[in-house]
Amino acid sequence: MAFKEALESGKFTVTAEVGPLKGTDTTEIEEVAELLKGKVDGVNVTDQQSAVMRLGSLATCHLLVEKGLDPIFQMTCRDRNRIALQSDLLNAHVLGIRNVLAITGDYPTLGDHPDAKAVYDLDSVQLVWTIRRMNEGYDLAGNELEGKTDFFVGAVVTPVTDTDAAFELQLIKMEKKVEAGARFFQTQAVYDVDAFARFMKRAEEFGVPILAGIIPLKSVGMARYMNKNVAGVFVPEHLIEEMAKAEEKARKGLEIAARLIKDLQDLCQGVHIMAIGWEKKVPEILALAGLVQ
Amino acid sequence: MIRSEQKPFEEILSYLEGENRVFVLGCDGCANASQTGGWPQVLAMKELLEEAGKEVTGYTVIDFLCQKALVASRLRPLEEKVMAADGVLVLSCGIGIQAAAAIIKKPVHPGCNTISLGWSRGEWQGEERCMECGDCLLDYTGGICPLTACTKGLLNGPCGGASNGKCELAKEKECGWEKIYQRLKELGKLDRLKRFIPPKDYNKMRPRPEILSTSFWALEQED
Repeated sequence: MAFKEALESGKFTVTAEVGPLKGTDTTEIEEVAELLKGKVDGVNVTDQQSAVMRLGSLATCHLLVEKGLDPIFQMTCRDRNRIALQSDLLNAHVLGIRNVLAITGDYPTLGDHPDAKAVYDLDSVQLVWTIRRMNEGYDLAGNELEGKTDFFVGAVVTPVTDTDAAFELQLIKMEKKVEAGARFFQTQAVYDVDAFARFMKRAEEFGVPILAGIIPLKSVGMARYMNKNVAGVFVPEHLIEEMAKAEEKARKGLEIAARLIKDLQDLCQGVHIMAIGWEKKVPEILALAGLVQ
Repeated sequence: MIRSEQKPFEEILSYLEGENRVFVLGCDGCANASQTGGWPQVLAMKELLEEAGKEVTGYTVIDFLCQKALVASRLRPLEEKVMAADGVLVLSCGIGIQAAAAIIKKPVHPGCNTISLGWSRGEWQGEERCMECGDCLLDYTGGICPLTACTKGLLNGPCGGASNGKCELAKEKECGWEKIYQRLKELGKLDRLKRFIPPKDYNKMRPRPEILSTSFWALEQED
């Protein structure tokens, strides 16, 4: 349990995210796994990210366990009712997976099967609560489990928002997740360290470790696209200008990511790197940030 | 026609904790037909509340609570009695409760659960919608239904996808949870949002077997 131990040791903890492909080809995931081994404390596997159908998080997490990494099984409430969610949690435990991240999940209309029926039988707070009950040896109906689970449960929070109401609601929901049993948080991508510090000032009182989200910028267009289309992501204009002026955009994006990691080091307990296609560059970012050699 | 049934009185009392003065509002439409919110039920509720030590500042029954203009005009002569109350108990379907909560600047509590007939609607259409979930949550959310106001029907807070207060799925639609937040803030009841809402019994959203065999159900299904 590298990830949980890292957080509990008080070390600045690093997780990276991988997204399975659409199909049965796992070559890329296995290559990324080799590169990340020994450099990160945990690896998140997304669950049908952006509601696009692909290889699942469960099987991919199991591959990572076999490769000696500590996966964080992302679970959304979009596609499974409470029966399937609980059953997949049992499956995950049997397959050696010990970390779960409970999330609501993007609505199907945002993905490549927009006609699909959305489920949301449970919400993310209820899913965290369900996992805690299973750790205690019971299912949601109160039946005793023949062998309980032992999951380290996490949840997500958006630290920077565009309205005061959304900000307060994030904190209220975060507190509910903590009370339901969340033991760590991974956040939406952070680009504005001062805004993140304002969030931490409020969130610190919950006493739960927080890993700030990092998405390396690939281009000016990507930054503008996220500002326009991705809720909770705000890339400040000065960073966009810095990217625009740079001759080697890709290198600049990695440098900015590394600088953000350094700036965040005194504010929270770790970072969660969502490289979105640049997974193989994660070791380079960590080296630039001085976290690995 | 919408069917409702009164919530257990203990549950109603739990909503009124810390509120000693109550105004009782009934509906002469579907709630009267359901015998849950007509004059006889409103008068009986007044007695029950008084026996429980509450002061009833006033009570009335309005023809159709789902018509907001009518509710506003009928409540105007009773404004003093309404505003003297700490909260308003509404005996009607979920649409009537939401319509009343949208007009009355006081905490509004549901006295009834709306039971499923396979989703009908109020006589007058506003933005209020009721999924007839059979276990009304409007007390906790300040009279805005999270099942219908939130596109994902989330019960414990927003998904985080809203942008400038608009739902990520329908840009013209406001984020239901931001609306709930604003309403509870106005009422000084933001603490309610910290309450954990456990997984819902979605079986209550289906029409019950005993309703399916009635002539009432048969008539309801006619165009």
